[in-house]
Amino acid sequence: MHPAYSVIFFTTATGAGYGLLAALGLSAAAGALPPDFWLGLIGLGLALSLICGGLLSSTGHLGRPERAWRAFSQWRSSWLSREGVLSVATFVPAGLLGVGWVLLGQAGAWIRIAGLASAAGAVATVCATAMIYASLKPVPQWNSRYTLPGYLVLSALSGLVLLNAVLSLFGGSHPSVVLVALVATAAGWAFKLATWRHNDRIVPVVTANSATGLAGGTVRSIEWPHTEENYLLKEMGFRVARKHAARLRLVAQGLAFAAPILLLLLAAASGGAVSMALSLIAPLVQLAGLLVERWLFFAEARHVVTLYYGR
Amino acid sequence: MTCVPAATDRKLGLVIDLDTCVGCQACVTSCKEWNTGGQMAPLTDIHPYGGDVDGVWFNRVHTYEHSTAAGTRTVNFPRSCLHCAEPACVTVCPTGASYKRKSDGIVLVDEDKCIGCKLCSWACPYGAREFDVAVGVMKKCTLCVDRIYNDNLPEEDRVPACVAACPTSARHFGDLGDPASAVSALVAERGGVALMPELDYQPTNRYLPPRARTDRAPKMNASPLEDASPHGGFLGWVDRMLSR
Repeated sequence: MHPAYSVIFFTTATGAGYGLLAALGLSAAAGALPPDFWLGLIGLGLALSLICGGLLSSTGHLGRPERAWRAFSQWRSSWLSREGVLSVATFVPAGLLGVGWVLLGQAGAWIRIAGLASAAGAVATVCATAMIYASLKPVPQWNSRYTLPGYLVLSALSGLVLLNAVLSLFGGSHPSVVLVALVATAAGWAFKLATWRHNDRIVPVVTANSATGLAGGTVRSIEWPHTEENYLLKEMGFRVARKHAARLRLVAQGLAFAAPILLLLLAAASGGAVSMALSLIAPLVQLAGLLVERWLFFAEARHVVTLYYGR
Repeated sequence: MTCVPAATDRKLGLVIDLDTCVGCQACVTSCKEWNTGGQMAPLTDIHPYGGDVDGVWFNRVHTYEHSTAAGTRTVNFPRSCLHCAEPACVTVCPTGASYKRKSDGIVLVDEDKCIGCKLCSWACPYGAREFDVAVGVMKKCTLCVDRIYNDNLPEEDRVPACVAACPTSARHFGDLGDPASAVSALVAERGGVALMPELDYQPTNRYLPPRARTDRAPKMNASPLEDASPHGGFLGWVDRMLSR
């Protein structure tokens, strides 16, 4: 599948933004984070900026972005529409959290409810994003039980590493947040390795035989309908990544998982400005790695239509 | 609405005979000619006379080599929208631009509602949908809705443009939901198949596999050709003289 930069940035940025929003919402609901204007402003501001930036970027690949409002209408059948509805709906509790917890410095019951609702909305939106891909039967690498948990764990770990960075700005990291961020990053790494192992062993259900209705023997494409690449080949027949897939997987693992774990451990072991600097670098390195991971998610996915072209 | 009707009154579609298709591309050009002025017009061409030729087509003819124990043969394979009973291209559409008609089962795109997100083309395993970069919307085969119900055309012309154009009658149009229709009889007689049944999109269109080979090739009992270097007789003498 063609890796459109707008969609890669969109899924990575909103994943991290919703992860951070969920972490802040749950912290507020549990009373683990007392109201603090600057912490709340920067934390919630960062989460909502990532979400809004991602959502705006997602309109970049639309042919007619001025009609994007129509995408809220078909939530009964379409995961893309559900994603749109859920993302907008999540702004309501997130806005209440911003007003009550950040601006007014409240910590009452309604703040707890707004925090829980923000976290629930964030998780639901990431689920809807994942289901857009997981529900596509023509792409076996996406239409698997790995896609939904994969999106959730990557969203959670990037949100937690961001939360740790924000906390480091305000009197140092909480050991519990560091621990949860480390565990989530390690779990995400293990899950990504398992996903790649699964994808490498996929035996396609659809074959050139069943695609053409020619039973038995082999079906070999000897002539295309056109001499140049058409829309289908440009959009669905992307092959560049497979050439460097092994190296790019190493790059993604190094940046998204190994380096942040190392940086968080070093930050915990050191103190003062060094610890803060390491905690701030960790999410930047990680998001770069997650962009590579997301690029591979698209570029390594094979659409069955390529069978018609013998690819 | 992008929810698919539980059942359609009719199931209009095509039956394509892979035995008689000669790969002449007449259906391809006829489709383009009609539809670039039809319901989904225009079918934009990008750089039609330069490098990087690209453009929107609803119908593409591939050529394959099918090798089995019985031998190898060339098969021409026209590919277009199959107007599925379970069209994921419709259910994934976030705007309601894609829809399946309850009256005849035809899958269409309302160009005025399409936002060009391309998700429907990802959801289609058959490559039936092509994005028009010039207009910014998705386009697809309409089964020539603007021909088959067109009172301004003579009745015999109220078939899709591809069917009207086929010089070998490899393309047939009709109601595949009606067991008594000519197309249903053809599918039953020839063992017509659905493409990619594993994915359960339940396509309406059917493909008729090439007929089995026969060993009834004519026996060659013709006499040998005239000998170009005759021996004996007048011609033999002339041949010898001129060959010196």
